[in-house]
Amino acid sequence: MDLNLSDEQRLLRESAERFVAESYDADHRRKTANDPLGFSPAVWKQFAELGWLALPIAEEFDGLGGGSIEIGILMEAFGRGMVSEPYVATVVLGAALIERCGSTAQKQASLPKIADGSMKLAFAHSERAARFDLAEVATSATKTAQGWRLSGSKIAVLDGHAADEIIVSAHLHDHQGPSGRIGLFLVSATASELSISDYPRLGGGRACNIELSDVQLPADALLGDGKDALPAIEWAVDRAMAALGAEAVGIMQTLLDTTLEYTKIRRQFGRPLSANQVIRHRLADMAIQVDEARSMALRAALKADSAPVERARAASAAKAKIGRCARFVGEQSIQLHGGMGVTEELEVGAYFKRLVAFDTLFGGSAHHYARHAQLGRTTVSA
Amino acid sequence: MDLSFNAEERAFQSEVRSFIAKNLTEEMKRATALTPSVFSDPDIGMAWQRALHSRGWGAPGWPVEYGGPDWTPAQRWIFESECARAGVPNVNVMGVKMVGPVIIGFGSPEQKNFYLPRILSGEDYWCQGYSEPGSGSDLSSLKTRAVRDGDDYIINGTKIWTTHAHHANRMFALVRTSDGPRQQDGISFILIDMKTPGITTRPILTIGGDHEVNQVFFDDVRVPVANRVGDEGKGWTYGKYLLEFERGSGIASAKLREGLRAIAELAESDLTGRAIDSPDIATRISEVEVDIDALEMTELRVLSALQAGQNPGAVSSILKLRNSEIRQAVTRLGVDVIGHDALAVEPMRPLYKLNHEPALPEDMLTVVPEYLNGRAYTIFGGTSEIQRDIIAKMMLGI
Repeated sequence: MDLNLSDEQRLLRESAERFVAESYDADHRRKTANDPLGFSPAVWKQFAELGWLALPIAEEFDGLGGGSIEIGILMEAFGRGMVSEPYVATVVLGAALIERCGSTAQKQASLPKIADGSMKLAFAHSERAARFDLAEVATSATKTAQGWRLSGSKIAVLDGHAADEIIVSAHLHDHQGPSGRIGLFLVSATASELSISDYPRLGGGRACNIELSDVQLPADALLGDGKDALPAIEWAVDRAMAALGAEAVGIMQTLLDTTLEYTKIRRQFGRPLSANQVIRHRLADMAIQVDEARSMALRAALKADSAPVERARAASAAKAKIGRCARFVGEQSIQLHGGMGVTEELEVGAYFKRLVAFDTLFGGSAHHYARHAQLGRTTVSA
Repeated sequence: MDLSFNAEERAFQSEVRSFIAKNLTEEMKRATALTPSVFSDPDIGMAWQRALHSRGWGAPGWPVEYGGPDWTPAQRWIFESECARAGVPNVNVMGVKMVGPVIIGFGSPEQKNFYLPRILSGEDYWCQGYSEPGSGSDLSSLKTRAVRDGDDYIINGTKIWTTHAHHANRMFALVRTSDGPRQQDGISFILIDMKTPGITTRPILTIGGDHEVNQVFFDDVRVPVANRVGDEGKGWTYGKYLLEFERGSGIASAKLREGLRAIAELAESDLTGRAIDSPDIATRISEVEVDIDALEMTELRVLSALQAGQNPGAVSSILKLRNSEIRQAVTRLGVDVIGHDALAVEPMRPLYKLNHEPALPEDMLTVVPEYLNGRAYTIFGGTSEIQRDIIAKMMLGI
């Protein structure tokens, strides 16, 4: 039992925090927020040089073989500065799905390129009718003489507009119809039967909806051998939720620090706001919730490689709890900034919006408490 | 980083488990499960203390030269967690975890030689004389006065919320020996034999139906000056040191988990008409479980820092507050899980020695009293409001 950072992990944290503090100021954030790309290719190149894109990729594919703890360290630092580069889409989800499901040839074709920064990915899975149910996929993949034909609609695809390749989930159909298995397909973002409509994402970055109208794919576009990809999708999303939870902790910490500073400086009734017990107690509650969130993100990361039920319960526990803490800390940060908190003149609102986006992604607190309860009862009766 | 314990720690864990299996009798276990108040009655608690002492585990937090077992922080965590899981009785916390460390830290050699072995063996049973009717959260405004008369102090005043004063043969108390410029000045830390003439104890019944706390009156009570711990007028420092021990014991999640497990089992049983089939109840069980997960991780983070010789910092002040709030959430959930059966009151105590058939099955008997008594968790040892003041000051610097 040891939850202290190793020397390497401490160095990673220091370099990530330093990078964010030096390169990510309010000006930078404003510029990228108004940029049609939503992030900076120059920063992405620096990520590659710093080894962060290679971080979780296996060494045999030019990666560094890091794990969820290292990803969490990086993501928390990203949260401090509200980094908007497509790290989760490309590395945390994309690279992980290829590494888990792909053939050796598929891995060799993409993982080294992800690691060196020359390939960006996105994961197109969510559909409107499914809400947050990962198992519900209506997009279909029908076997053809040449390979596969994909049709359907995907929503809320993180950073799909910037991706070179999009991993699309689809229900596999054979001669008898739906097989009950989900497959993952690597689709080139430039495929002509693909229609991508992107929009600015709440809290920074971009997302898109994707229409697939009879997209023709070669046989080797299917990742792996066609066995059901649902367990891999759940695995990858659980890990992404742990990573996003760590990012939320960084965002919350910045909000707490900023709000604390403000209550010390802002004077009303002849004294600083922080002299009032009601304000001090509110800040104490915020600090407690930031710390609880930190514990839950770490816990989800530590259990990211546990058996599926334990991993999923830890991920849902983290997503649910951090979501609640995030809403509280975000909303109270605005409240304690008073009227200025609801303006675009301060950055409090931008950080808050990123937390709202976090809470919504992959399902909010209510969904994940329910999933947690469901998983628990399955274990008890099994 | 690693969440799992190493081979040595796992070996210790099985050592603790087999000790408990051998020494925890069914009677102790049942009595503990049927105790809705914070502390076990002495007949149960002290039997367990004697078993621990005979193994050399009577005072886990003490230095080895005074009879402590010389455990690492991880071993202490494992020990406390295994005890919670097995449902062992509460020992005399006021002796082992409160006055013991103060005597070790500030007592004279004579005091150490006399009192410490008697705490370990369970011969002495201690109560804590801190709060007064006019001094709750504002403890240092206390008025109980000790006036020097030759080799004695003469004590007059009253203490309140004194847990188990009706069982204790000794009290450690904060008394005023002089009036300083600040109200924290002039307070002394003194050890009192409860059989001294002039001491009377009045029981206070709490809303859960238990007699656990008392008011104690002092009328011209003579206590030797030799019973003062440390310097005259420095009692506030010693008392605060103790309160930090009381708050920062930092190992609460296992007990909370055990409490939630009992409630979840009730929810899954036909006794409650399977309350768990209501999505609302199932989700609330998860909400509380997740809060316990978060507390446990914070405990383990503190523990890891201690193991590495680092100062965990102000994070530990969060532990008392969250433990008390989560305990209340567990007991609140319990009341909702048993539904209609929450209407039945069993006024007799102790619940493990009833001489009639109770209105409720044994598994449900403590649910409502635990909820009612549990309101005290956010009040004793520094109210939640005081805890938030401390967090604001220590963690946030405001």
